[in-house]
Amino acid sequence: MPARRHLREMFLQPACQALPSLAFGAFLAAGLAALAGPAAAQTGEKPTLTVYTYDSFSADWGPGPQLKSAFEATCGCTLDFVGLEDGVAILNRLKLEGPSTKADVALGLTTDLIPEAKATGMFTESGVDTSDLTVPTGFSDPVFVPYDYSYLAFVYDTETVKNPPKSLDELVSGDPSQKIVIEDPRTSTPGLSFLLWMKAVYGEEAADKWKQLNRRILTVTPGWSEAYGLFTKGEVPMVLSYTTSPAYHEIEEKTDRYQAAAFAEGQYLQIEVAGILKGSQHQALARKFLSFLVSKQAQEVLPTTNWTLPVRDDVDLPEAFSNLVKVDKPLLIDAETVAKNRRAWTDEWLQAVGAR
Amino acid sequence: MNTSTDRSIRIGAGIAAAILAIAFLLGGFVVLLGAGDQAPDFADLLGDAYVRAILGFTLLQAGLSTLLSVLIAIPFALALHRARFFGKPLILRLFLLPQALPVLVGALAIITIWGQNGVVSRALASIGFGRLEVYGLTGILIAHVFFNMPLAARLIVAALDRVPAESWKLCGQLALPPLTVFRLVEWPALRQTLPGAAALIFMLCVTSFTIVLVLGGGPAATTLEVAVYQALRYDFDPARAIGLSVIQIVLTTLVLLATLLLGRDPAGGFGLGGKSRRFDVKSHVRGSLDTALVTLGTLFVAAPFIAIVLSGLAADLPRLVTEGAVQRAALTSLGVSLAAASLSLFVSVLVLLAIEALAHAKRPGVLRRFIRISLETATSLVLVVSPVIVGAGWFLALRQVTDVLAAGPYVVVATNAVMAMPFIVRIVGPALRQANADTGKLTESVGLTGFARLAFVDWPAMRRPLALAFAFAAALSFGDLGAIALYGSNDFVTLPYLLLQRMGSYRTADAAGLALILGLIAVCVMATVERGFAHRKDVAA
Repeated sequence: MPARRHLREMFLQPACQALPSLAFGAFLAAGLAALAGPAAAQTGEKPTLTVYTYDSFSADWGPGPQLKSAFEATCGCTLDFVGLEDGVAILNRLKLEGPSTKADVALGLTTDLIPEAKATGMFTESGVDTSDLTVPTGFSDPVFVPYDYSYLAFVYDTETVKNPPKSLDELVSGDPSQKIVIEDPRTSTPGLSFLLWMKAVYGEEAADKWKQLNRRILTVTPGWSEAYGLFTKGEVPMVLSYTTSPAYHEIEEKTDRYQAAAFAEGQYLQIEVAGILKGSQHQALARKFLSFLVSKQAQEVLPTTNWTLPVRDDVDLPEAFSNLVKVDKPLLIDAETVAKNRRAWTDEWLQAVGAR
Repeated sequence: MNTSTDRSIRIGAGIAAAILAIAFLLGGFVVLLGAGDQAPDFADLLGDAYVRAILGFTLLQAGLSTLLSVLIAIPFALALHRARFFGKPLILRLFLLPQALPVLVGALAIITIWGQNGVVSRALASIGFGRLEVYGLTGILIAHVFFNMPLAARLIVAALDRVPAESWKLCGQLALPPLTVFRLVEWPALRQTLPGAAALIFMLCVTSFTIVLVLGGGPAATTLEVAVYQALRYDFDPARAIGLSVIQIVLTTLVLLATLLLGRDPAGGFGLGGKSRRFDVKSHVRGSLDTALVTLGTLFVAAPFIAIVLSGLAADLPRLVTEGAVQRAALTSLGVSLAAASLSLFVSVLVLLAIEALAHAKRPGVLRRFIRISLETATSLVLVVSPVIVGAGWFLALRQVTDVLAAGPYVVVATNAVMAMPFIVRIVGPALRQANADTGKLTESVGLTGFARLAFVDWPAMRRPLALAFAFAAALSFGDLGAIALYGSNDFVTLPYLLLQRMGSYRTADAAGLALILGLIAVCVMATVERGFAHRKDVAA
């Protein structure tokens, strides 16, 4: 039936004109080249420092590329970032690979993961002087070097939320018809941190407060991307994110529509750390890289690429950062306690929100 | 070569291919099991109230999703098959698209339509009604129907297309009323296909992860797959992950076997649409009813795509298209998906040829029947094997012998290829069966064997469905994210992976643009492949 053929061409051909060649010609050449690509990475006698990190750190828009060129200018080495999904994925990758891992440095674990990371026995003392760093709660560790931090916060849309909650209590007891989205503590880092936040503020009462808060929760997403996607799509007016989120919108999108709510009880703290692998062939180089990571030069890159706060107070921050929520009371449950109770607390949460 | 040697070769090659596919999946399990220091404790797992609760919910949501998808697909497909109108091939193609969509993109698009601030809610609110509250089981069902109803509809249309043209002519000549046509012609055709379609959809829904969490409204909606992921990723407890996954596989096998008892066609097929011509008695009422049904169904499937297109157009497309990272990712995706589709097609066809050879054996003994059913079931079951486990297992195995990151692309291709097998088997299988029923005896009596048989009997029969199957497998793996998570690195980024990366770092507009680009390429791949494979006269037909 010619008419049908006509129609198909009308609708599909214009968009597809370039495709037959793209699909069949370029597929063989470029597709296979792309498949074979990663093999040819090693070059010359220059040592290569391999750093496992999360992919938004190593992405084009992340701090990775700038740090790479700055460090390579002085180190006489090649810096190779391997971007994985997130901190948990980095640790899992190391566990899967064991002592023979290619990684020299693991960058991007949160402090919660430290006990688990140390239990692998794969990390060695960093030897990096961290005495001049300013990390809230004064965190310091012989093995893991803190290189940036951020505070959890509920980010709201100023066009729909006129009276943002001023405390966790106001959030919990607020209008149930005004919905929020949070992340799942079983599958995501911010989700777990919020669970700890509730625990840090409410202790034994946490379960009851969760029951109360549950009426406001529209849904619980597997990760940050889904939650933030729902938020920017306008599906919910408030989402669990970070105090630095508004800075992104202000600097990259020139809008102050999205703001973070400051809570009277304080904000929960996430400190990101990096550590050197015991099996690394480039211990000195790895140490040099971690020292560089906390230097003024590198710290100046992080805020507007990783959207986190620097661990030095001599770093000049862009204007947008001065509008962010000022946190007087950083909240942090120590990692050992978290490791011991994570399972029980997750169960308590599941029970409170009616899942078991 | 005589006929029985030919048959033995076919059966042998098919079994070998199936074993290869299963060994690939099983290998992942075994290696991972070896990495943990204990075996899964099933009694302990099944005694856990949490596991029992999510088990119940997994079955409930998958069962309801399947039921709804099929029940909605039946009247819709019947109307679609009856109606003759301009854009029918386009609608049939649109119906393959949901499977090509990365699940998160689909879920967000559904929310744009059905969410509490979605199009429907705002329309309702503007005329004074309350907003929709879909989060919970409702939301999960809407999303699963969006993803799977089109699949069921295509399977049903295909079944109706396989009804001999004479039957339709007879219906027209006898001026049979619609209900009689349904009872005598349509229902017998459906009955063949429905169990297979339902089984396929059930498996797809059992393993649902992102949709269940995003639209489920809270942890009360949790599937076993979520628990597998949690066990492997957060607790790094391979024994538990494998135990949960085995429970999932066993349960699904039971369901599959039950459907095998219900119907004789576990591999009920897709078709190309528009082949059979109907001569229904003209009726105004039924005509309008058909139009209404087709419009509603198409609108339901098309609306989220329109949302994707609109939000994609708002992105900075010229910048995205010219970005090196995007071009590289698109090419990588294209390479991966075409390679996976080719591999999948190759393995599936071997298995199918064996199934046919077994079905037409002169002495259909119990063993042959058992092997045939095993082959049919095995090619379906791959859908419920958790890719996280297969991925992690192979990661461990490969790193003993090679650089895992370099081998990653091959594992991703292999995983995608295996995951596309159930679909290919359902698309190509029926055509091959038909060809064998029509010409099998003749072929054997003239002693046509080996490549000659392939070239003159099997290939012409498979050609068009192979095109569709290839297009479908390519699209499926084009949108896939499950396999790549563990192997993705800066050097190996596919389009869906890049999309999620952008979404994960505030770049939602970029992600929307990438979703549009991804969808367009998927459509183009499907169209090009179908044209490329088809005969000239088929294209015009």
